[in-house]
Amino acid sequence: MGEEEGLHQTQLLDTMFVRGLKRKCFDGEEDIEGTLAGIKAIPSYNLQRQSLLDMSLVKLQLCHMLVEPNLCRSVLIANTVRQIQEEMTQDGTWQMINTQSTGQASLDRLVSTDILCRSSREQAEGKHVPGYSTFDKDFEGDQAQDNSETMSTASSVQTPRNLQSNVWEMENAQENKGNFQKSLDQIFETLENKSPNSVEDLFSEVDNSYYDLDTMLTGMMSNTKMGHCDGLETFASPTSTASNSNCKSDLNELDHIVEILVES
Amino acid sequence: MEGESIYEADSGDGLGADIISTVEFNHTGELLATGDKGGRVVIFQREPESKNEPYNQGEYNVYSTFQSHEPEFDYLKSLEIEEKINKIKWLPQQNAAHSLLSTNDKTIKLWKITERDKRPEGYNLKDEEGKLKDLSTVTSLQVPVLKPMDLMVEVTPRRIFANGHTYHVNSISVNSDCETYMSADDLRINLWHLAITDRSFNIVDIKPANMEDLTEVITASEFHPHHCNLFVYSSSKGSLRLCDMRASALCDKHSKLYEEPEDPSNRSFFSEIISSVSDVKFSHSGRYMLTRDYLTVKVWDLNMETKPVETYQVHDYLRSKLCSLYENDCIFDKFECAWNGSDSVIMTGAYNNFFRMFDRNTKRDVTLEASRESSKPRAILKPRRVCVGGKRRKDDISVDSLDFTKKILHTAWHPTENIIAIAATNNLYIFQDKVNSEMH
Repeated sequence: MGEEEGLHQTQLLDTMFVRGLKRKCFDGEEDIEGTLAGIKAIPSYNLQRQSLLDMSLVKLQLCHMLVEPNLCRSVLIANTVRQIQEEMTQDGTWQMINTQSTGQASLDRLVSTDILCRSSREQAEGKHVPGYSTFDKDFEGDQAQDNSETMSTASSVQTPRNLQSNVWEMENAQENKGNFQKSLDQIFETLENKSPNSVEDLFSEVDNSYYDLDTMLTGMMSNTKMGHCDGLETFASPTSTASNSNCKSDLNELDHIVEILVES
Repeated sequence: MEGESIYEADSGDGLGADIISTVEFNHTGELLATGDKGGRVVIFQREPESKNEPYNQGEYNVYSTFQSHEPEFDYLKSLEIEEKINKIKWLPQQNAAHSLLSTNDKTIKLWKITERDKRPEGYNLKDEEGKLKDLSTVTSLQVPVLKPMDLMVEVTPRRIFANGHTYHVNSISVNSDCETYMSADDLRINLWHLAITDRSFNIVDIKPANMEDLTEVITASEFHPHHCNLFVYSSSKGSLRLCDMRASALCDKHSKLYEEPEDPSNRSFFSEIISSVSDVKFSHSGRYMLTRDYLTVKVWDLNMETKPVETYQVHDYLRSKLCSLYENDCIFDKFECAWNGSDSVIMTGAYNNFFRMFDRNTKRDVTLEASRESSKPRAILKPRRVCVGGKRRKDDISVDSLDFTKKILHTAWHPTENIIAIAATNNLYIFQDKVNSEMH
């Protein structure tokens, strides 16, 4: 993970400085090799902060889906992201950074944000998150297992692409903050609770069924705030109490889910 | 300290399943248990001292090995449950058998370890292999006698405490009443009775109603060594909470909150992460608590909540490298800490297979290395030094050449003697202090 992030950081800083700048993290003294012009350039605080934000967002996304991600680590990273975002909002630099990176919007990035975004409904409502500036990561490569998910969200990718430009132009920093906050929480719940692709495998016929699962279970059809976590929590609680549960009962409940979705 | 023994766990499969994930001495120090990433527990026993070979006295040898946990699959969440042993805690010995609790992320198990060194021989109806004898060949009756046999150590699972935790169990602690114990995960702490597996009491719950509001998790917890009603738990924000179970059934409201105000001059985006407490240990006296965060170990007096009474820098030279350590995830490493038997020395691990010891009385500290090269049997450990620029002495290591993949997360100190167990990846090192040294 460090390798790929290192490359990304280099790319980011390269867009700002002349090529040949050796990337080093902005820890204390910088030991930067000279550029072509021999000018020594230390990354500005804003740039450093931005790259830290990018790194943090990547970390939150790259949770290993086989095993449940470490909650403590996720909470600490999420808190760091919140901290940066708050500071950037106070600075007023939040809006500035967004407009800067518009040009670097890529399909990869949109796919990645779709993974984080919880509902196609929310995307349609224009609450799509603007904030994940450049990371040209090869998400197809990283998440090969999410092919089904990529396909199922392909339909919703078109919409956000249009919305993206709308969102960039949004003047209201407060709303951006709210969007960012929401998406941050979504990241949080996503990685805290489930790996989307696993459910996708089960319900690959149903588009965005993963997102709709909890609305089915909890009967909350109009609630835009996805209580995904709550939905699964309610569902999961019978099996996670002290009473003996075994895999068989879990499978029965899975059958139950399938029944509900098939009926709908 | 002398380097005494090296044990390497290596099943040769190269899968990293032998990485030691926990180390724990029992209450007498006679036994030492290690758990690894593959769900195995290895117990070492100290050889009794003999006059014949005075140099071999007190060596630890393998006593028993067993598979404690197996990998599981959570079908509801479609996630694997790792078999890695997170913690082992010994129960106080109450009869000839030894008992310990071992836990992975979800399930705690109680194991009973018994010895068998005799077996009955001379049955009338069965022969030596256990087959029924032909009765016509039996001409006289004999009384079976117990004959000595090769020592056999039997380990049996006596209790399985399952389904108590939604999140990952990070600590277990046996109460001084020897009847109950607690298990803590990221958001909840449960109280169990050692004999009852189908029921546990939730005594701490910090899960917010809305998970989106979650900003703090439980990182470690421990019962007070003498007061069966008191326990402490630490958080990812660097605070400690002492709870009294007499106050209420649900101890969400702490009795005491131990928190040091942040130093504004040191503030950075990483301040919160490095303040997260990775381990908390009561002193043997019960008067103090020891905490480990990323850069320091702190001693807290139970009577003073405002700040620790002592703070020791473990590797402050990393303070300027926090961004790199955040990038490679090392900043999230959870180091443990330990007291010696008399609470006068504290120990914790670091990177590059270094571990540090701090003498609370003399205020002297030492850095030692656990490695094969420097630890031939009975070799004396040489103090190491990390130089941070400026004058560099011979044998100093510079900060940039530290190996961050070699981390000593798990250490244990013998309850009464100066013997320490250090886990370095898949190697276990045991160091003994044979000669009276300045560290006492």
